[in-house]
Amino acid sequence: MPIVRALLTRLITTFITLFGAAVIVFVVIRVVPGNPIAMMLPPGATEADIDRLKTLYGLDKSILEQFLIWLGNVAQGDFGTSITLRQPVYDLVIGRLPATLELSIMALLIAVVLGGAAALTATLYRGSRVEGGIDVAGGIALSLPDFLWGLALILLFGVLWPLFHISGRISPSLGFDFSSNFFLFEAIARMRFDVVADLMGHMLMPALALAIPLAAIILQLLKQSLKECMHDDYITLARTKGYSESSIILRDALPNAILPTLTLIGVQFTFLIGGTVIIERLFSYEGLGNMAIDAVINRDLPLIQGIVLVFALLFTLVNLLVDMTYAALNPRLRHA
Amino acid sequence: MKVSRRTLLKSAAVSGLLAAAGTPAFASEIDELVIAYNVNLPSWDPTVGPSAVNPTIQGIYQSVFDMFIHQDPDLSFQPGIITGWGWNDDKSKVWMDVREGVTWHNGDPLTPEDIVWSLERAGNPDTGNPIQFIWGKIGNFQIDGNRITADVKEYEPTIFKWMSFLTGYVMPKKYYEEVGAEGFEANPVGTGPYMVEKFERNAFVRLKANENYWGGVPDFKTVTIKFVTDASSRTFEVMSGNAHVTLEMPYEEFDRLKEQDGIVGTAAPISDIGMIFINDTDPMLDANVRKAMAHAIDKKTIIERLLSGYGVAIDTLQTPDYTAFDAAITVPYDPDKAKELLAASGYGPDNPVKFKIQTTRGFKPKDYEIIQAIVGLWRKIGIEAEIEVYEIAKHYELRAADTLAPAAFYNWGNAIGDPTTSTGFAMFGPSPHSVWDGEDLMQMILPLWGEADEEKRIAGWKDVDRFIAENALVIPLIQYVQPILHSDKVKVVPHASGALLPALMTRS
Repeated sequence: MPIVRALLTRLITTFITLFGAAVIVFVVIRVVPGNPIAMMLPPGATEADIDRLKTLYGLDKSILEQFLIWLGNVAQGDFGTSITLRQPVYDLVIGRLPATLELSIMALLIAVVLGGAAALTATLYRGSRVEGGIDVAGGIALSLPDFLWGLALILLFGVLWPLFHISGRISPSLGFDFSSNFFLFEAIARMRFDVVADLMGHMLMPALALAIPLAAIILQLLKQSLKECMHDDYITLARTKGYSESSIILRDALPNAILPTLTLIGVQFTFLIGGTVIIERLFSYEGLGNMAIDAVINRDLPLIQGIVLVFALLFTLVNLLVDMTYAALNPRLRHA
Repeated sequence: MKVSRRTLLKSAAVSGLLAAAGTPAFASEIDELVIAYNVNLPSWDPTVGPSAVNPTIQGIYQSVFDMFIHQDPDLSFQPGIITGWGWNDDKSKVWMDVREGVTWHNGDPLTPEDIVWSLERAGNPDTGNPIQFIWGKIGNFQIDGNRITADVKEYEPTIFKWMSFLTGYVMPKKYYEEVGAEGFEANPVGTGPYMVEKFERNAFVRLKANENYWGGVPDFKTVTIKFVTDASSRTFEVMSGNAHVTLEMPYEEFDRLKEQDGIVGTAAPISDIGMIFINDTDPMLDANVRKAMAHAIDKKTIIERLLSGYGVAIDTLQTPDYTAFDAAITVPYDPDKAKELLAASGYGPDNPVKFKIQTTRGFKPKDYEIIQAIVGLWRKIGIEAEIEVYEIAKHYELRAADTLAPAAFYNWGNAIGDPTTSTGFAMFGPSPHSVWDGEDLMQMILPLWGEADEEKRIAGWKDVDRFIAENALVIPLIQYVQPILHSDKVKVVPHASGALLPALMTRS
């Protein structure tokens, strides 16, 4: 029962968070300078034309009226129509979300593997030059922003050794019809490994650019937690039993050290999703972040609202998932 | 061309990193031409919505659709789908002859009904054509064989020029009525040199040559246009050999890369200019201040130093290839004269005139830097201008509301080269794009909108330009040059409108 109550509370707070985000975004994008009507005025537009366009897009009403209308429509599943793309916002956002999700998940996997492996190796060889080398690499990884990593990767693996694609999500010449927008998952499910290879060729560099700074953070925190655990009594006991150092780290220290890292991964994953905005732009990756930039430049108000709402939903869901996972893994919380 | 600070930083970083890098090995013979394009394609209907008036997208539209009247790379008008056109003697009717033997991409024959439907649709306010105010000036169409006639509801001297300009596209009546707007977005059909084979929104469009194209089959049978909005990434695309052609990158990058093996640079002036709008508010109501501002700007040096020489200094809103260009109208760089003018109004370095100038940063090449340089030149003679950087969206809003700062930097395109679409819309007070509301100028322009005598009309616009230059009602600065980088295996013909057209590209 406490779990159900906790879940219910989280759902209510999620709803409040989304509502708050919607209100803030709705007001802010209408208050900041630049309106979409002024951007679409033809050369010979008259005052009547301007009024007609304002009425057409509902911008002739007060912000409160506009918000209530929008909210009413959203409650019925209608997120409005994009001003620039002239398509339903819901279709556009749902169409792009899978690309961003696949990229983010791939980046997270890479970050966990890289950061985790580095932390384990550094713990195993603590006090040696190997640990020093890993610390230096981690420092470099953390000191450069993701878009600079993106540029460096493009230069290395796109230009000097052209192993991967520089832009896009899939090769235009690839004759493959997808039935969903989860290209990678679908290609794996349909066992089309040529398509998987092509998709990975496009995804690896942007995913790696996103993953490198996160991997460095995981490395630092996990290594620190592991080191602290290595002084605990149960580790000493394991040593006296004759277990190897690597076995102790993996079987005894890691399960205890991973909890704070898990929370951090959850929090950082939301930042990683935010980072897709720049990285998708750099790699011309057809995700939600890339579309968000165009929407902001063009003051496409309905589209901005839709994208922000989805991002907010993603953030709250990820946080919820992290909390639940944390509770499931931590016996003290589970029985609290 | 958008060159943000981030882009510049990235370009600098890339330049450094690439110093040791080799040049790409371009593939042998090009089977499929790949173009890294600088903008996304939001919609396939070239006649409605905001994208219809976005000049940068027109190159893609013109690859799939034909305009009513064709326009050559030098902006001259040539027979297209409409092979002949004109007015009757009293200019109460227009006539157009429709090309025979043209087929739509779906195999349907093009008919005069398609032309009439396209023009009626464009002139209908309910369809959302942003240029409806032009198309609505003709109506009551009649078809006789391949000749279409229409009544002139309101005389518009530029109506045929608009048939090569924004939203002037021929649309398929039968197909559109069958599939509707959504169906058309999914499977666009035109009569242009290329057919849409595959389209991934915000990613790419794959085009297949139209083997029945009336203007001749394009050299490249398959063309992929990748939407790569980041300037650094576009440059990488060409360097790596992933793309054969790209456009719009910082001039420094252009100069560096065009020297590399396998890459060729093409740079030609286009119909896009940079200017400083002057709002008729204090202190711009003082003619001496305005004229001093104009005479204090050394445009040639600014172009040389800041744009690596890629630009043409202009003194009116007409570029040399526009119909109403008059080389006799000049506003020379003369700082001494500028000082005298300011002194006459009681201003000087010790008592400077102060105002705000607005500019974008990275929206056009070196826009902010150009304004910084101008402000520096002004400071020497007694003008103290405070720079305010704003987003382009704010510029549009302020301009429409006529609340721009006393001076504001902006750019202006005019791919048909007519004075109405440059000086006219930019300077006619009631236009939402004009901020100078002087009654004298308005009265000069007013009769020119409907002037039926072409010679008199053009002469009238030249007079307007002279009046504007003499009174410094706007400060024209530069005609932009479009940088294009491409593989040496492709011959690229630049179009003065700025449209990058794959149909003009051939194997070299």
